[in-house]
Amino acid sequence: MNSVKHYALVTAGLLALLLLTVGAAYIPLGPWNTAVAMSISVAKGLLVILFFMHARQATPLTRLFICAGFFWLGLLISLTLSDVLTR
Amino acid sequence: MQANPALAHQFEDAAQQRDAATLGMWIFLATEVLFFGAMFLGYTVYRIGSPHVFQAASNHTLVLAGTVNTALLLISSFTMVLGVRAAKGLRPRATAGFLALTALLGVVFLTIKGFEYRHEVYEGLWPGHHFHIDGMDSPVARMFFYLYFLMTGVHAFHVVIGVGMLSLFTLRALFGFQPAKLVTSVELLGLYWHFVDLVWIFLFPLIYLAGRAA
Repeated sequence: MNSVKHYALVTAGLLALLLLTVGAAYIPLGPWNTAVAMSISVAKGLLVILFFMHARQATPLTRLFICAGFFWLGLLISLTLSDVLTR
Repeated sequence: MQANPALAHQFEDAAQQRDAATLGMWIFLATEVLFFGAMFLGYTVYRIGSPHVFQAASNHTLVLAGTVNTALLLISSFTMVLGVRAAKGLRPRATAGFLALTALLGVVFLTIKGFEYRHEVYEGLWPGHHFHIDGMDSPVARMFFYLYFLMTGVHAFHVVIGVGMLSLFTLRALFGFQPAKLVTSVELLGLYWHFVDLVWIFLFPLIYLAGRAA
């Protein structure tokens, strides 16, 4: 699971997603441009967290703390936007 | 009694010590998520308020430099994870090599970022009194470049810290006497470096790609 080949594949995937996000940014999709860019970033972020930061092999307690960090970020953004987007 | 010199006395065994250290690092990274998160939120709120100005201002950034820098950071995460792997395999010379390579990629990233900053300051995009950008709502465009310099600047500061730690750990791997003592430290440094990469993965499209299709 932690072989050089495995890490090289993840890296190749990340670089492919980078090219995809740059390419997609030049195609006019209106508001979907941002949605596509952010979806690709989430995919890249998951690859980094799961395979490079070894979150898959972390203990359940560590995984809980990883999720907690992003959960609070989600609260920060969603509660603020609930105001900004409904004015 | 003290069988393993790398084991602190409060821990039952090496695995427990390693899990505790990893948990501690992730708690720190969770605070970093919120630290950067506040700036991402600021960007989001201002962009929702003036989407077209943000898109037009974004087109003044150097997209090629940003793309090359993203690729450099992604590749540096690969060399970093190979360094962690070498440390786990108790191969100090390979560990030092991969850490030095990761630091070098970080330095190249910072150099390119420096040239970008110089270009932007010459173009009058520094968000100070002399900020000017043609045919645009200047205060909002200035807010974009304020956020640009703030977010990429704080990120670059993290890269500088990372390069410093990588250099230090390269020396530790080369001249340290107990490779086993280095394993957890290198793993934690890896978590930090990947996190810095993770922040950039989200910064890159928001800064450089926001208005390319417009």
